[in-house]
Amino acid sequence: MSGRVIALAGNPNVGKSTVFNGLTGLHQHTGNWPGKTVEVASGEFETASGRWTLVDIPGTYSLLAHSAEEEVARDFLCGGEADGVIVVCDATCLERNLALVLQVVELDPTRPVVVCVNLMDEAKRRGIDIDFAALRDALGLPVVGITARRKADLRRLTDALEAAFAAPRPADCPPRRLSAPESDAVSLMTRAESIARAAVRAPARTISRLDRLLTGRVTAYPVMLALLALTFWLTIEGANYPSAWLSDALFWVEARLSDLFAALHAPDWLHGALIEGVWRTLAWVVSVMLPPMAIFFPLFTLLEDAGYLPRVAYNLDRPFRACRACGKQALCMCMGKFGVRRVI
Amino acid sequence: MKTIQSLCDLAPGQCGVVTAVTACGSMRRRFLDIGLIENTPVTCVGRSPCGDPSAYLIRGAVIAIRAADGRSIAIAPAGRR
Repeated sequence: MSGRVIALAGNPNVGKSTVFNGLTGLHQHTGNWPGKTVEVASGEFETASGRWTLVDIPGTYSLLAHSAEEEVARDFLCGGEADGVIVVCDATCLERNLALVLQVVELDPTRPVVVCVNLMDEAKRRGIDIDFAALRDALGLPVVGITARRKADLRRLTDALEAAFAAPRPADCPPRRLSAPESDAVSLMTRAESIARAAVRAPARTISRLDRLLTGRVTAYPVMLALLALTFWLTIEGANYPSAWLSDALFWVEARLSDLFAALHAPDWLHGALIEGVWRTLAWVVSVMLPPMAIFFPLFTLLEDAGYLPRVAYNLDRPFRACRACGKQALCMCMGKFGVRRVI
Repeated sequence: MKTIQSLCDLAPGQCGVVTAVTACGSMRRRFLDIGLIENTPVTCVGRSPCGDPSAYLIRGAVIAIRAADGRSIAIAPAGRR
């Protein structure tokens, strides 16, 4: 690792990976399940003042909890490896996210911390209004509201990071140890609540009509079956065309290779092993397997990014629990059944 | 109508305020993490098609909680929204 090391912390599902990819250009899968980034990924980016190493630590609700992912996050933040921290927050539920910010600050009161309030576009859509000046004053930290997809917003984030390093925070309180979990958790949440109350104005949240359709008592299962069937159909029907083109092309090459072997008077056994064995098998496997995969996985990712998969888990939790599984496993089943086993 | 004592008694549309969290172990920690502490307002916003789990609005986030887990969260009713 080179340059200053910045930890990228945040609750699960706040677009941390999007910020990470946007800053470092390193591609990594952005998943929807809490704590999917169990591995700690790191990447580098440059600003006017030099090189930075960004470490994407697992999403965590608090530093007090003890799942494997949360331990990784806590150990990295407590271990003193990070010179600074960017805490990514979800603008649509800032209150809960601020509890983590407060914890990170308490770990080391002099370490530069930048609060990055992500998903501003979504917050705007829901009519949530955030008073950044009030937030800055209440936290005593630089706060940047961004939409992680926008390059200009990421620039403002790196500018804030540089400014935070140029002017370190005054140490106004001694570092605290994370010892008394429960009373700490309650007091942190209470403080987060009062800060959020002063800085955020949000209309009462309602459940959208689309959500009612997707999770409604009558409509949920037909819609789910229709969507999965559509994905399945597009995969099978759609794959036929590129499959045909690929096999035509690859078998045309096979014919040419056979001609070449004949022209060179190659022995039959060599032609049999290399062309009728190796090449033909490869051609079949590629032309049959590649197109469905190239169609199914992007489609499934689309459903994932649209946020439909957690709703499927919600709909199917009870039937799956009857088999001692949980709703989340519905998705593994879809992937396994339709995605992988089908093509093999 | 049934009296409201715990989270799982809230019908969709009803609000309540948390009075105590009696869960223990990792479930208790998870509840604390998502901000379910005393005096937190909670609104039930929906039920899954099979009747369980239910969706609750907690501190601006919609979170699904199973009835078996919701039973360990004591609630005082706070009317409808």
